[in-house]
This record gives sequence, structure tokens and C-alpha cells, in this order.
Amino acid sequence: MSDTVVDEAVPGAASAAAFIEVDGVEKVFDVRRKAGFLRRTRHEVRAVDSLSFTVARGEMVGYIGPNGAGKSTTIKMLTGILTPSAGRLRVAGIDPSRQRARLAHRMGVVFGQRTTLWWDLPLIDSYRLMRRMYRIPDGRYAENLARCVELLELGDLLEVPVRQLSLGQRMRGDIAAALLHDPEVLYLDEPTIGLDVVSKVKVRAFLRDLNKERGTTVLLTTHDLTDIEQLCRRVMVIDHGRLVYDGELDGLHDLGGGERTLVVDLERELPPLDVEFARVVRVEGARQWLAFPAGQSAAPLVARIAERYPLADLSVREPDIESVIARMYARDASVAP
Amino acid sequence: MGQVRLYAAVAAGGFRRYATYRGATFAGVFTNTVFGLIIACTYIALWDERPHLGGYDQAQALTFVWVGQAMFSVMMLGVPSGFEAELAERIRSGDIGVDLYRPCDLQAWWLAQDLGRAVFQLLGRGVVPMAVGALVFRLALPTEPWRWLAFLFSVLLGLLVSFGLRYLVALSAFWLLDASGVAQMYGITATFFCGMLLPLNVFPGAFGDVARALPWSALLQVPADVLMGTAGGRGVLGSYLFQAAWAAAILGVGRLLQTVATRRVVVQGG
Repeated sequence: MSDTVVDEAVPGAASAAAFIEVDGVEKVFDVRRKAGFLRRTRHEVRAVDSLSFTVARGEMVGYIGPNGAGKSTTIKMLTGILTPSAGRLRVAGIDPSRQRARLAHRMGVVFGQRTTLWWDLPLIDSYRLMRRMYRIPDGRYAENLARCVELLELGDLLEVPVRQLSLGQRMRGDIAAALLHDPEVLYLDEPTIGLDVVSKVKVRAFLRDLNKERGTTVLLTTHDLTDIEQLCRRVMVIDHGRLVYDGELDGLHDLGGGERTLVVDLERELPPLDVEFARVVRVEGARQWLAFPAGQSAAPLVARIAERYPLADLSVREPDIESVIARMYARDASVAP
Repeated sequence: MGQVRLYAAVAAGGFRRYATYRGATFAGVFTNTVFGLIIACTYIALWDERPHLGGYDQAQALTFVWVGQAMFSVMMLGVPSGFEAELAERIRSGDIGVDLYRPCDLQAWWLAQDLGRAVFQLLGRGVVPMAVGALVFRLALPTEPWRWLAFLFSVLLGLLVSFGLRYLVALSAFWLLDASGVAQMYGITATFFCGMLLPLNVFPGAFGDVARALPWSALLQVPADVLMGTAGGRGVLGSYLFQAAWAAAILGVGRLLQTVATRRVVVQGG
């Protein structure tokens, strides 16, 4: 009893350490389905279930999960356009759904598949509008715009109508639009979707700098795991509305129960090798692929093969993060009812 | 003050958006002028047959035609083709969620943008047909500058009503997902009840009374009467009152529906 009292007595005390606080948050949707003529059956869909995590100020966190896992629902609750059904949620000490307008001045949101830019007008017009909307002081506006223009290479695009921009250019334009008012937190939903490699590199470099130099807290949702690998030390995995992993990216490998692969080139074609702890997964001429548990050292395996077979060359491949996560999703799907 | 500057910037954007499409503006001016000529000829035939129909003499009837053509795109007197389709599409696709992140009011935002559009179309698509009409026909245009100012104010009030009605059309997408059917229905209703087909004062009896009392009369009939000084017993001030009352009522309903709709999105996730 007593600790709840303490907790209530110092509101916002925790927010000094944690910028985003999510505590036992649930979101249940009422879905009506047609069950015949004019008849509807109602049932509940639990999009987010007892979700708890905290993000410290200045952290850059990857938030991943398969489609329909609850990522967007979480972001919508954090930005205040969706009210949680249960639980406690605070961003910068503010309850987002109750004080959406107040929070709006302190956050930036970028959706890869949606745009806030004015379609028919030059890019710069949208920025002038942002300046009025967020009441950005002249000096700060000029400074932020110049910085975004330089780093996101928007110089030649400012006078171009948004409808004529390529997807990558528009995306960079949208990111700049979300940052002109110096938000403390930036929510990015699929910021590199549909971009070519060069644009992806530019966007990632910009986000890295932003986080490092300005200390902007970033929550990044993506299906492109390279985004996460290059930007985030910490990653959260959500599936079926529940957090199934929260920790360092490297930890995912162990959790996913991944396998490493030993690729051996033999001096001649041979039938699949017979070695303990490893199994041959592929044979192609004199080259064979052997899978072995990720937690095990490759050295004894290599020694054993060299002892028994004519080994010409070899290499070890780490399990790639995508397959680890794919395996995680698949495993959770089989457990879920 | 900051709010005023924001919405002024939004309105300026709305103006420039339409100013970008010069070809469309030119085509619109051409269409309005040709239609004006056709309808004017029809009215001449009609008023020759029935002079003083609805209390208008022929010059007044012709003036009504050209005011109608000038107001056609300003007030969106046909099937609307302004912000409604864009807003309805944002609602359908869920892009409206992005709009809710902004620290500004949804209705005020779109109103400002629509007023910007209307100002452009008044200049771009209103002036030329009106001038052509005045050159080709003898119109009953006032010479006193204050009448023209009074007319412009009536146009502004009419725009509030026009926007308010079309905002409701767009919001219907929250429930219907596709607002284009509603927009079509709206277009047919508006065309008739604003007086685009025939001035509303030619309709006799209870039907005429109802037609003149509906909000669409605030879009064309009332401004035209303010311009020509044919507002009758209502006078200019009474006309303003009529328009302002409808504007307040319809914008109020829009506000209410917007609150219900956003709450639904916020709680139900759209």
C-alpha cells in the first residue's frame, strides 16, 4: 500500500529518468462483424496487452514486430490520438490523450506512408506553415531549416511542388517538417520504406546525428532491420500485443535460438559430411553448408572436419538478424491461441 | 495573434494552390462564360414571354445569370470539387490521423484553406464571366460602390455557409468511408436550391417559401439580391442575418460531428 502512496505523491518524479513511461497499457478494440443480414456479432480484439516499458531521454530505440502486432497502436497511444483501455502512459510527464495539443509542440511524427506536406505547393510553403503552426521563433526557424536543408540535401527541392518530388525526396522533406520545431521526441514509422539505398543511407546518417547532437529521443518502427542494426542499440520486439523482447540487439541472437553456418570448400565433390553437432543443409558441387548451434564454438567442428575430409577453404556465417526474428515470430505464433 | 497568422498562411496556401493550375482556371472561365451565354438566351426567351417573372425585370434576370456564373466555382454551386474530396480521402485512408497530431483546429484549417480558394476563384473565375456578361447584355448592376461592398460581405457570409455544408459532406466519410455519393447528392440539391437553374423567387407558394428558407439560398439568391437591391422587405441587414444564422448553425453542427468523429477515432482507432 505504502509504495503506491509514494508513487502518487511525486508525480513526474519518475519522468526525470524515463522520458516515455508505459505501464501495463492495454488497448482493446470492439469489433463488430457481419453474421448474417443485419446481425452483428461483437467481439474484442486485444491490440496491445499489458505492455510495459520505459525509454530514457536521448535514447534511440527500435520497435519491431510483424504486421498487426500492435506497433502502430502503441505509437498512436504515445502520440495521444488513441486512448488506452487500461494502464498508465506518460510522455515527458504528460498524459498524451488528455493533453494532445500540449504534447504536440514537443513531439515530431513521421509516417513513411503518409505525408504532412502540402501536395500542390512548393516544399518551402509547408515549412512556412509549420513555423506558424508551432510558433517557431524566427531565429530558431531559420537555423533549423538551414540545418535540415544542408544535412538532408533539400536545397534544390525547396521550390519544387511536393507532388513532383520522388519518394525519397518527399520522405526527407517530411522528416525536416517534423523537426523544425525542435521536438524532444521523434516517432518514426517506417521512415525508409520504399527508399533506394542512397536515400536510406542519407536518412540514417541524419537520424544518427540528430540523436547524438541534439539528444532527441527516437522511437523507430521499421521492417528494415538494417535501420535497427545501424541506429539502435536497444530493440523492443512486440508480437500479438505483447512485448516479447526488450534489450540489446545482440541479445536477440541468443533468444532466437539461431544457428551459425559453416561453409566448407572441399577438394572434390563428396556426399554430405557426417559430423556430430552439425548437419548439412545444402550441397553444391564441392561446397557444403553445415548448420550448428549459435552458442557453440566453431573451432572443434573445423578441427574434426579437417581431420577426416580434404578441406580446401572455409568460412563461418553468423545468423542474420532477419532469420532470427522470423523464427521468433513463427515461434510466438505457434504458442498463441 | 499566432493563430490568426497561422490561418492567414493556410488561406494564402489555399489561394496559391488554385493559382498553380492556370489551364484549369482558363478552362473554367471559358465554360462559365459559354454557359452564361446559353442560360442568358434562355432567360431572355422566358422573360419575353413572362415579363417581371418572380419580380425581376429582364435586366435583373440577366444579372442573376451572370452573378450565378461568377459564383459557380466560388460557392461550389454544382457537385463540389474543392477540399471535400481531399478531406474525405484523408479520412478514408487514415491520413486524418496525421492531421490530428497538429496543434491546430481541423475545421478552422480547412475553412481557411477554402476561403483562400474562394478568393482566388472570385478573382480568377468570377470577374471575367461577369465582365463578359456586362459587355454583351444590359445588366442591372449597381453604380454605388457601397452596394458592391455589401455584395462582397454577403458573398463572404455565403462562403461560410457553403464551406459549412461541404464540411458536413466530407465528414460523412467517417461513417460511410466514401463520401462521393453524398457529394453527388449534395451537388444536385445545391444546384437547384441555390437558384442556379431558376431564381428562387420565381417559385410560388409554400414550395417557394421553403426553397428560399433553405441554407442554399444564402449561396446565390441572397448575395444576388443584395447586389441588385432586390432583397425586398428583408433588406441588406436582414439578408446578412439570414446568412449568418445559417452559417452559425451549420458550422456548429460540423463542429459537433467533428468532435464525435474524432472521439470515435481516438477511442476506436478508426
